[in-house]
Amino acid sequence: MATFGSFCLLIALVLAAYNLFAGGVALRLIATGQPSRVSPERLADTARRAGIAGFVAITGAAFALIWSVFTNDFSITYILEHSNRALPIPYKFAALWSGQEGSLLLWAWLLGTYGFVLRLRHKTDVKLYAYAGTILSGIQVFFFAVLVFAAPPFALLKGAIPDDGNGLNPLLQYPEMVIHPPMLYLGYVGFSVPFAFALGALMMRYPGEKWIRITRTWTMVTWLFLTCGIFLGMHWAYAVLGWGGYWGWDPVENASFMPWLTGTAFLHSVMMQERKGMMKSWNVWLIFSTFLLTMLGTLLTRAGLVSSVHAFAQSSIGTWFVVFMGIVLAVCIFTYILQRGHLKTEHHMESLVSRESSFLFNNLVLLTACFVILWGTLFPIISEYVQGTKVTVGAPFYNRVAVPIGLFLVFLTGVGPLLPWRAASFKAVKRNFVLPVIALWATVIVCLAVGVRPWKDGALDQGSFYAIVAFGVAAAVLTAIIAEFLRGAGVISRQTHRNLFAATWLLTRRNTRRYGGYIVHIGVVVVVIGLAGSAFNRSIESEMGLHSKMSVGPYTLECMGFTQDTNQNYNSDYAVLDVSQGGKKVFQMTPERRFYLASGQPQTMVAIHSVPEWDLYVVYEGTNPDTGQPIIKAFLNPLVGWIWFGLVIIVGGTFVALVPSLTPATATLRVPAAQAAPMTPALKGGD
Amino acid sequence: MGAQARVTFWTRAAEAALLAAAIVISSCSTAPTSRLNTLSHQLMCQCGCAQLLGECDHVGCPDRDKELSELTTDIAAGLTDQQVMDEFVAKYGATVLAAPTTKGFDLVAWVAPFAVFGAALLGTILLIRRWGGLGLEQRAQAAGAVAQSADPAEQERLDRVRRETGSNDEF
Repeated sequence: MATFGSFCLLIALVLAAYNLFAGGVALRLIATGQPSRVSPERLADTARRAGIAGFVAITGAAFALIWSVFTNDFSITYILEHSNRALPIPYKFAALWSGQEGSLLLWAWLLGTYGFVLRLRHKTDVKLYAYAGTILSGIQVFFFAVLVFAAPPFALLKGAIPDDGNGLNPLLQYPEMVIHPPMLYLGYVGFSVPFAFALGALMMRYPGEKWIRITRTWTMVTWLFLTCGIFLGMHWAYAVLGWGGYWGWDPVENASFMPWLTGTAFLHSVMMQERKGMMKSWNVWLIFSTFLLTMLGTLLTRAGLVSSVHAFAQSSIGTWFVVFMGIVLAVCIFTYILQRGHLKTEHHMESLVSRESSFLFNNLVLLTACFVILWGTLFPIISEYVQGTKVTVGAPFYNRVAVPIGLFLVFLTGVGPLLPWRAASFKAVKRNFVLPVIALWATVIVCLAVGVRPWKDGALDQGSFYAIVAFGVAAAVLTAIIAEFLRGAGVISRQTHRNLFAATWLLTRRNTRRYGGYIVHIGVVVVVIGLAGSAFNRSIESEMGLHSKMSVGPYTLECMGFTQDTNQNYNSDYAVLDVSQGGKKVFQMTPERRFYLASGQPQTMVAIHSVPEWDLYVVYEGTNPDTGQPIIKAFLNPLVGWIWFGLVIIVGGTFVALVPSLTPATATLRVPAAQAAPMTPALKGGD
Repeated sequence: MGAQARVTFWTRAAEAALLAAAIVISSCSTAPTSRLNTLSHQLMCQCGCAQLLGECDHVGCPDRDKELSELTTDIAAGLTDQQVMDEFVAKYGATVLAAPTTKGFDLVAWVAPFAVFGAALLGTILLIRRWGGLGLEQRAQAAGAVAQSADPAEQERLDRVRRETGSNDEF
């Protein structure tokens, strides 16, 4: 099977190279109109078919690796290092992305899959798809070449073949790890498609709004995958790592967040181009940057440039990525310089207080956040270069710099939709902002009234201060968005005599993109509320003997015993804890500590009891070697559940935005003059 | 008060509020309720886990308890926060600090993000104000200039592409 897999990889590389070469020649012949012996259209079609065949070849390679994992073929080094006989079946799949070679193969296979779909849909716009397919094949050549020459997944073991493998990293033996990496990779790889379309459209001087409309679905789906991947990673970190948090500003986390920020900026700014013909160059560079950032993340961690808890796969392939990124950047710059005259804006902004400027500020803040994270990630390298000593840039830096920027972004989330296009009158601003401002101050007053104080011992308590600001801004934004829904639904309700719920449903169906976007914004606000709760986290750590007790928040934990279990994969120690509230037992928790036999590594399995107000999070940390007593750490983490609930809303909102509107741009309802400013775009199908 | 004056007033009030908030945030430090807790969240555990000292959760971690013990000793000895940090840096190197200091080149780490944000914000505001300052006639001329910059053949090509792909918007 190793030979078959290697052969498939080689075939995939040859086919991708042919796709790139033949596609490039064909498009050049078409562009210049030069006569040739072979019809350029036919040549382009053979290139496309080679791309499709390449997908079959890379699928064969992925299948070969999976087959080798399931058949315990330890003659392959990768399988030996990342699997073992007792590994449960779902985690056998996870072995595909648990190491560098496998995860690169997964990346290449997903890229092949995207390319396959793209090439099948070529009739949508044959020429643009030919350009995009050829550019995509260039990216494929790079990944296939890395797999063939630098990180071969089917490399054979030298010497005697052991009877069993080393096993999967215990950190990865958790249900989310079966879906988190593929989701994240679907997001990373997916941005290759809008990138290929953007570059192709620029090369052929194609009208900007066309490639944006064609790639809209690609971009939104890709963004959704990346969003889900990031959140699943957060949940995995929360449930597995046992430190009570979900985001540690680790370089790998940062690497996934940066393209998300630029991708989000792109999703917003394309609306300006579609509607006003503005920001054409900006959008092209946003998508170029997003693609390059997906590569940079891989480079940073794989090349070992920065230290990371995720750096399980450092190697020399960083050089390959540097060269590839250099080539991509050079092609982007060269094409842009050559064709930039084609990207002139058709309109200018007229007012600082307008929907257009809110989009611009939104982009500005998103890119600043991206810069902050990139800067923080790279600063240790820069510092080492400049002053010869490496420094750490950890959570305290990001909390101080990125949090205020994030809060400003949430503020814009609420302000933007309230502003009309072109310019806002003072009357319109006043009318739209009264309710949100009231909600903001009411929330701040309620927070202070219930005892949340932004200061402690005479000094500002930064965490509480940010939390109060976050709650206030969140309330304002939620009020603004709900008011937008109600305003539109009210008009429909009056004119069609439907109840408010039916009218809201109809309103959303008539402009799914706009109202789906608002639902996503609600999800983001819910996430922010959840994040703000971390300012009030509490924890307690104690050695616990039989019937020992510890209290955290309203809960009292009593140790009822300890037990052990064993299976082929691991041994585990459990603590059985009765949790009581107000003197009454309410539930039982069993935090666990596992010892994986194949890898010889321990791993915590956190027990979490989640209610809307907070999570009770209990970790069995192990046994004190001096006293023999188990150590239990309990956290009370307020509002964490809101973060995961927010993701559900974001996913729902994105799905709504992906559904075509019921009556695109042809609503016939008339809006009362007093409400015209915020309502008109909603009913007309605007953004 | 005219509408324009009211907009200016509220804009200035918002600017003042933002400035005040920024000053308060930047000038105040975190409350020292528990110096051990506060300082342990400004230091990194040296076991290689890349976690803050106050959050390292490895049982049997070779460094956490040792570092926490040193920290407790330093606090009991009456050292200031800065002296504690200096002592840790002298012992473990600059990477023991969870964030760059505000001295020397490290200051660049803190200043750069705000400088970039400020410059971009200022540039954006000036740009929009400049565009907004253009009269209607000038804007029309500018738009016309863009439209005319493409030669007729190019315009015809764009129109043709738009016509040919007009039905392909829904993918």
